[in-house]
Amino acid sequence: MLSLERRATDSRTMQWASPLLALVLTVITALGLFMALGKDPVEGLKFFFLIPLSDAHGWAELGLKMAPLLLCAAGLTICYRAKLWNIGAEGHFLMGALWASVVALQLSEHSGFWVLPAVLLGGALAGALWAWIAAVLKTHFHCNEILTTIMLNYIALNLLLYSVHGPLKDPMGFGFPQSEMFAAAALLPKLIPDTRLHIGLLFALLAAVVVGVLFTRTFIGFQLKVLGQDNRAAAFAGFGARRLTWLAFLLAGAMAGLAGASEVSGPIGQLVPQVSPGYGYTAIIVVFLGRMQALGIVLASALLALTFMGGEMLQIAMNLPRAITGLFQGLLLFYLLTCDAFIHYRLRLRSPAPNKAQVA
Amino acid sequence: MLAAERLKLQNIVKQYPGCRANDGVQLTVTAGEIHALLGENGAGKSTLMKIIYGVIQPDEGSLTWNGRPLVLQGPAHARELGIGMVFQHFSLFETLTVAENIALSLPAAQARNRSRLDARIREVSAHYGMALEPRRYVNTLSIGERQRVEIVRCLIQESSLLILDEPTSVLTPQEVEVLFRTLRQLSSEGCSILFISHKLQEVRDLCHRATVLRQGKVTGECRPAEVSTDEIARMMVGNDTPLSTQVSPAEPGETLLSLNELSYISRDPFGTSLDKINMQLRAGEIVGIAGVAGNGQDELLRALSGEVRVVDSSLQLGGVAIGRRDAAQRRRLGIAVVPEERLGRGAVPAMSLAENTLLTAYDRDLVKRGLLKGGKIREYATRIRELFGVRCSGIDSPAASLSGGNLQKFIIGREALQQPRLLVASHPTWGVDVGSAVAIHEALVALRDQGAAVLLISEDLDELYQLCNRMGAICSGHLSPLVPTAELSIERLGQWMAGDFPKDAAESDNKGPAHAIA
Repeated sequence: MLSLERRATDSRTMQWASPLLALVLTVITALGLFMALGKDPVEGLKFFFLIPLSDAHGWAELGLKMAPLLLCAAGLTICYRAKLWNIGAEGHFLMGALWASVVALQLSEHSGFWVLPAVLLGGALAGALWAWIAAVLKTHFHCNEILTTIMLNYIALNLLLYSVHGPLKDPMGFGFPQSEMFAAAALLPKLIPDTRLHIGLLFALLAAVVVGVLFTRTFIGFQLKVLGQDNRAAAFAGFGARRLTWLAFLLAGAMAGLAGASEVSGPIGQLVPQVSPGYGYTAIIVVFLGRMQALGIVLASALLALTFMGGEMLQIAMNLPRAITGLFQGLLLFYLLTCDAFIHYRLRLRSPAPNKAQVA
Repeated sequence: MLAAERLKLQNIVKQYPGCRANDGVQLTVTAGEIHALLGENGAGKSTLMKIIYGVIQPDEGSLTWNGRPLVLQGPAHARELGIGMVFQHFSLFETLTVAENIALSLPAAQARNRSRLDARIREVSAHYGMALEPRRYVNTLSIGERQRVEIVRCLIQESSLLILDEPTSVLTPQEVEVLFRTLRQLSSEGCSILFISHKLQEVRDLCHRATVLRQGKVTGECRPAEVSTDEIARMMVGNDTPLSTQVSPAEPGETLLSLNELSYISRDPFGTSLDKINMQLRAGEIVGIAGVAGNGQDELLRALSGEVRVVDSSLQLGGVAIGRRDAAQRRRLGIAVVPEERLGRGAVPAMSLAENTLLTAYDRDLVKRGLLKGGKIREYATRIRELFGVRCSGIDSPAASLSGGNLQKFIIGREALQQPRLLVASHPTWGVDVGSAVAIHEALVALRDQGAAVLLISEDLDELYQLCNRMGAICSGHLSPLVPTAELSIERLGQWMAGDFPKDAAESDNKGPAHAIA
């Protein structure tokens, strides 16, 4: 008889083995999936994981997709360490993209060096303020942040749609719901010439470093951890829950807002309805897969960036539906959460107790 | 006289992950015997009790009931056989009447006839001197009366073995007397009683025999009346630990802390509101507050620590009003606090001792411009560990891995090393082994001798009498006068714990020693 038994202490090995195990299980499931769809499974995996990275251009694209994921994930890590379940990175991201676009379009006549910082700052501020709404609702009205942030995501999406169909719509755009192209001064410089990779990736890596330092070296990071692990101890020690909650949401919002701003002023160059393929949601998987550690989320964001590219590749090469990306990401999260059970528990094979009372 | 063996346990073993709670326990209870089960917290008393009451099954070993082998299917089965249990935390519905609560645990046939049940409750309770009105609602009963409901419930089911888990910890001294009279009567009528406690004097007064447990094993059996409490304590704690502290008299200085009409309305429906508490605390003295749990002790601690805020002027430290200051600001003014809950308030369970040092000692040069000074933090944690004899595998071990006593020594050490002007400690030795309790008492006295004021909130009257120069009691959010310990008889303290003191006692306390109240 198999039984789950609580471990005396949590397993450190499983803490890191769990994401790898989840990845292996996801790949195995994917093999079965390809076979069920009548596709060559080995070919499928090749197109998903290897072909997208077969040249320098592919790696640049990886970095491009990684940047917004990592920025959002860095912000969410700050919240999740404090056990503030902010699901709203998508909304912060969209508001960041929207208001960065507003600033960029307002400043289209200018060409000073300050235009780009203003655009990015506009995005970060908008994201931060959007996140702050949920923080205030939590600290002053005890609203559950999971619900409020999800709802705010939909509001943000609809504000963005309204804007591209209305006030921000390009009058010369043949009726397409999109803004004018940004002026050159509002565009992010390229990191590698002749690719689409821009310096947004540096912001993201910097954000990961900030998160790493925050939680290993600073008192604020310590306070956030205490709040997350034991809010009664935080109150006892005098770490103000309101102040810390606001801080975590503001930082998360600013980082996701910056990611949104970097998308519109980077590879896209204008505001379009499909500015995010769900970066803000995927970032949640990144945080859990990356164990809420700086290095972990960098690696996890690369892997999940690859699922976006692999999904596109499978659409083109093997004629599979777009949903394949979401399916992979969902499988990965599902297996991860399952494997995480083994951090606290272990499987034991045991014979039924001999003197145990029989239940009729 | 050779009485029949009512219950016999042989070689009971119960293994939990990482801990062998019972390790080959032998225990025999004869008919009509009051048998004490002694041991410190974590010695395995509760596990053994749950096995006897059928809540859990032993991994090894056998039970014999009136000479026949016994395999319990569950508590209902145990009750059917005549094993009754009174838990430390009562299992009563507050919104139901006494009779309804009792009916719930009876077979349907007995429960249905209410008037007969009422008569039976009156009869049984009167017979054992525990007056109870069956129609009263449980929420209107005092703690002592609720305990009677639990006991009467067992008696109505004609229990021949009654298990009582630390029954006196929630009672005033007077209530304890009444309870003991009842138990003696039960015993003389042939009912066996298993009395679980760690209060040695009570066990000596009441029990015929005692079995002592330490770390899951039986370490001794004795007739408590024939041996000294020190001998019993030795069996409980083993050799090489001192059993008590010698306390020198205090030399109080200036008034440091004063509470002026401090009130606090609890927002928790099960909390207790504080009502106009007046108190003065001088530097260099230990003042004790006794009381039955849940009478406002926790609210008072929170009002002092800054976890809740009160009217600014109602709380003054060295003449400065601090009622509106938050917990961090009060720490900076020199207030240190040891809360009742060690894990989950006093320390973060999953964090290391080093990290838990930072929890409250952050102002002792452990943080510089927002950055942690790792070396200093480790140094501080190591110093706590060495000075206060905290037994652990290292300062990187998580707080949850320490025993209650060692963690408490760590927390006391962390607060004491901050050289506070005022230390507020709540139940500092609750569930702590005797050796650690002595170390903790010594730390409190040392702090007092360095000129700090110590406020000791405790349910342990021995501890209060031993350490405090002045003491009083709290009841329903009212504080009694604080009088010199030497002038306070245990009888009067018992009355005060039950709320029997002049409610405007405050004035007399402010004017000085409370001789006026007689």
